[in-house]
Amino acid sequence: MTKKITALRITLVFSLLGFAFLAILVLNVNTGSVSIAPKEILRIVLSGKSDGSSIGNVIWKIRLPRLLAAAVLGGALSVSGFLLQTFFRNPIAGPYVLGISSGAKLFVGIMMVYVLRYVSGVPFWAVMAAAFAGSMLVMLFVLMFAQRVRSMAALLVIGIMIGSICTAITDFFITFADEANVANLHHWSMGSFSAVSWPNLHVISAIVFTALALSFMLSKPISAYRLGENYARSMGVNVKLFRVALIGLSSVLSACVTALSGPISFVGVAVPHMTKLLFGTSKPAVIIPGSFLLGGVFCMGCDLIARTAFAPSELVISTVTAVFGAPVVITLMINRQRRRGDD
Amino acid sequence: MTDGYVFSTEGLCVGYRGKALINDINIRLEKGKILALIGPNGAGKSTILKTVTGQLPAISGKTFVEGRELSRWPRGELAKKLAVVLTERVRTEMMTCFEVAAMGRYPYTGRFGALTAEDKRTVRDTLRRVRADDIADRDFSQISDGQRQRVLLACALCQQPEVLVLDEPTSFLDIRNKIELLDILLETAREKQTTVILSLHEIDLAEKVSDLIMCVRGDHAEAPDTPDRVFTDAHIKELYGITQGSYLVNRGSVELVKTQGEPRVFVLGGAGSGLNHYRELQKRRIPFAAGILAENDMEFEVARALAQTVVSSPAFETASEETKARAEEKMLSCGTVLAAFDPAAQTANPNTGLLETARRHKLNIVFSAGELQ
Repeated sequence: MTKKITALRITLVFSLLGFAFLAILVLNVNTGSVSIAPKEILRIVLSGKSDGSSIGNVIWKIRLPRLLAAAVLGGALSVSGFLLQTFFRNPIAGPYVLGISSGAKLFVGIMMVYVLRYVSGVPFWAVMAAAFAGSMLVMLFVLMFAQRVRSMAALLVIGIMIGSICTAITDFFITFADEANVANLHHWSMGSFSAVSWPNLHVISAIVFTALALSFMLSKPISAYRLGENYARSMGVNVKLFRVALIGLSSVLSACVTALSGPISFVGVAVPHMTKLLFGTSKPAVIIPGSFLLGGVFCMGCDLIARTAFAPSELVISTVTAVFGAPVVITLMINRQRRRGDD
Repeated sequence: MTDGYVFSTEGLCVGYRGKALINDINIRLEKGKILALIGPNGAGKSTILKTVTGQLPAISGKTFVEGRELSRWPRGELAKKLAVVLTERVRTEMMTCFEVAAMGRYPYTGRFGALTAEDKRTVRDTLRRVRADDIADRDFSQISDGQRQRVLLACALCQQPEVLVLDEPTSFLDIRNKIELLDILLETAREKQTTVILSLHEIDLAEKVSDLIMCVRGDHAEAPDTPDRVFTDAHIKELYGITQGSYLVNRGSVELVKTQGEPRVFVLGGAGSGLNHYRELQKRRIPFAAGILAENDMEFEVARALAQTVVSSPAFETASEETKARAEEKMLSCGTVLAAFDPAAQTANPNTGLLETARRHKLNIVFSAGELQ
C-alpha cells in the first residue's frame, strides 16, 4: 500500500520538477531588458541557431548559454553536495561550506593574476585544471582534519576556516596584482553565469554529464553507505575505492562550476536536502537525478532574480543563492540538534 | 584442521595499529552453534569481533569461513556467508525500516540494487522473524532502541549468512528486548543452522543463550568451553577481577559488598524467607549473621555473600546439636533477632527452636530491618 504511494509520489515529483524546469527555462529566456514573446522564443530556439536578427542574437548569444550554464552548473553543484554529504555522513557538507570552492578560487586566481602577465588570455582548460587542483588540495586538507573530528559542527568550522585562509591568500595576491587582471578575476570570483561561451559550455556539459552518469552508477553502494562505513563494508562494498570515487566525482563536479562561473554558495547543501524532503526518501537512485533537476531549477530561478530584481543592475548569483540556501542550512543544524537531544 | 567447521581461527592475533593485544586465539565452531565472548570492559571482545569480520586487519594468524581464509573470499561472496550487527549507533535519514532491512539483500541484487519480488518476500519474512513487521514502513530514525536493534538484525539476516557476528547486541536494550533478541538468535541458530558469535556484558544471559563461552581478559583469550565449566563463582570473580561483592552464578544474581563489622542482628531465615531481609540489611549497612540454613537452601548463597557469619547445616540433613549450639551462641552475642521465617508454616525449621530460645532470653525480636533504630 505505502509502497505504491511512494512510487506514485516519486513519479509525481519528477513530472513536477520536469515541468518547473521547462517553465523557468521559458520564463528566463522571456525576461530581460528585451522581452520576447514565447512563440517567437520557440521559433528561434527550435530553428537551432541564430537567424541573425537582434532578437535571435539576444537569445542565442546571451540568454540561452547563460541559462543552460545555470541549469547544468546548478545540477552539478547539487550532486557534488550530495556526494560530499554521503562521504562525510553529514547533511551540511557541500563544496562551498567545506571551503572547496574557495580552494578552486585561490588556484584560478593565482593563475589569472600571474599567468596573464606572460600570456594573453588563459585557455579554458587551464582554468579548469587550476580549479580542479585547488578543489582537490582543499579536499585533502579537509579529509586530514575530518579524520580527527567526528562532530558535524567541527567539520563545518574546519571548512569555514580553510575557506577563509584560501580567501585571505587570494586577497593577498590581488593586492599586489595588476589592476586589469584584478578586474578580470574580480568579475569571475563574484560568481556569475554571464559571459559563458558555447564552447566552454559544451566542454563543461560533457564533463558534468559523464560525472553525473558515474555518480548514478554508484547509487547502490551509496545506498548501503547510508548505514555507515562499517555496515557498507560488511555488505561487500569496497569502501576504499568507493570513497575515492566519491571524492573524485564531487571534486570534478564542483571544479567545473567554479571554473566556469566562480564560487556559488549554499546550492550544494540546500538542494539535496530539499530534494529529499520533496521525494520523502533518501534513495540515491532517486536523489541523484532529482537533485540535479532541482539544482537546475533552483539556479535558473536564482539567476532570474539576480538579473531582474534590481535591473539594470545585476546581483551577484551567490547573493541570491545565499538568501535561499543559508536558511536551509540553519534549519538543518537546528533539527539535528533537536534530534540529538531526543536520544 | 578446518574441516567440518563453518567458522574457525588459527593462532589469530588481534590488536590495533600493529600492536598485538590478544595472542593465539583458536576458535572452532560447527554449524548452528552459539559462541558468546565475555570478559571485562576493554578486554578486547570488540577487537576480536572486528578482526574476525574483516573490519580490522589481523596482526597475525588466520580466520576461516567455511574453510576458506577470510581474505581469499571475494567481497560480495563473503557478504553472503558472514553478516554483522555492530555496536555503533546507526543514524539514517529518511529511510524506512523496510529499506534498512532490505540493504541486507545487497550481495544478491544487481548493479542498481533493485529488489526482485523474491528479495522483497525475504525481507518481509525476516522482519516478521525478528518481530518488526509492524514497523516496516516507519522511519528508522524514529523508532526505539530495541526496535532498531531488531531491524539491524533483520538486515544482517537478510544476507542469509552462515555466520552471524554481533557486538554487544543487548547493550542499550531493556530487559524485555534483551530476552526477545536472544530468543530470536537462539531460534535462528537452531532452525536456520546459522552459527552465531556474540559478545555480551550480561554474563547471566550469556550462560543461558550460548553453547560455548570464550573468556576474554585483556592479554589473552581462554579456549572456548561449555557454560557449565566456565561458570563457577570463583572463575567469574577472577575473570572480572571482582574483589568486593559477588556474582552468584547459580542464581545469576549480583550481590553488593558485604557490610563489615561485628554482627548486630541474627537473621532466622530459611526457604527463601530471609532473601529480602539480607538485602535490606545490606542496604542499611548493618552487619549481620544468619542461620541456621541448610546448604541447599535457596537463600544460602546470598546469605554467604552478604552476612558476616552463616551458621549452616549440610544439605538433606537435620541440623546437629552442635550446629544449634553454635547458632545459639552467635544469636546471643548479636542481641537482636530478625525472625524472617514463618514458624507456623515451617514446623521442621530448626530456627523454631532458636526463636523460642530468643524469647526465653528476652532478646530484641523484630520482623523487618525497618524496625531497627
